[in-house]
Amino acid sequence: MKISAIITLKKDVLDPQGKVIHQALDGMGFNSINEVRQGKYFEIDVDENDPKKAREIVENMCSKLLANLVIENFKIIETQ
Amino acid sequence: MKSSVITFPGSNCDRDMDVALKKFGFKNEMVWHNDNELPKSDLIVLPGGFSYGDYLRCGSMASKSKIMQSVINFAKSGGLVMGICNGFQILVEAGLVPGVLLRNKYLEFICKNVFVKSDNKENIYFKNLNKEVLEFHIAHNEGNFFCTPDQLKEIEDNNQIAIYYCNKEGQIEDQYNPNGSLKNIAGIFNKEKNVLGMMPHPERMIDQSLSGEDGSLFFKNLINNIK
Repeated sequence: MKISAIITLKKDVLDPQGKVIHQALDGMGFNSINEVRQGKYFEIDVDENDPKKAREIVENMCSKLLANLVIENFKIIETQ
Repeated sequence: MKSSVITFPGSNCDRDMDVALKKFGFKNEMVWHNDNELPKSDLIVLPGGFSYGDYLRCGSMASKSKIMQSVINFAKSGGLVMGICNGFQILVEAGLVPGVLLRNKYLEFICKNVFVKSDNKENIYFKNLNKEVLEFHIAHNEGNFFCTPDQLKEIEDNNQIAIYYCNKEGQIEDQYNPNGSLKNIAGIFNKEKNVLGMMPHPERMIDQSLSGEDGSLFFKNLINNIK
């Protein structure tokens, strides 16, 4: 079963890369941007058929390795 | 005095650290990350470099390597563990010191000499060191120390800040902060102060003909304090 996870920086954490991307987009003429925040996206194929269990496994992975919970949040966005 | 330097895939300051420790009297051993057990040591050093190519987050993969469980147990039982640069990043990822190290504020890799101030002497690393402002070298892309307001309060209440970025005179101000670190923090301790993580490299300052001698002061003082 494939599970996707998105890791994003918490609101109060400065994202200099996001800021630079914002500026670049702005320079290209995309002037309607309020803010850009950069994150990470993972697609994990788990050897588990129960969606609930598969989700739990990936949640555990996120809190133990994929995300650093001091600065990042994670969201499981999709199961298939 | 015995020390061990852990080599991770991608470590590149491990041999410099070995030279520095031996120069000041440590009997040093190199330990591979995939080993399970640490040799008997008075000091464990996690060296600088780019362990696991800085994949995912700097230090995150190395913090889960086999030897780290022994390092964590050693630290929890009061053993001295020092992490320099990537070693500091590994320490925060292992939860041995609080906070995280973010990408440098201006997105540049910084490689230069800096001054750091150590006025915190209630610990084995800086106790009796009679120089407050030290010139060390930094070389990193992710050294921007950050933590939550609650963590910062705890760090300050427990006097856990080891060194600050400053100028030659020891003034700790924003303009002397190379990477955007919170409060100019260049290095911190755990609560018990047996674990030290810092971005600057004292091992690069152990020879006048190469760089400077402030690292020599640090290592000489450290071995005397451990004895």
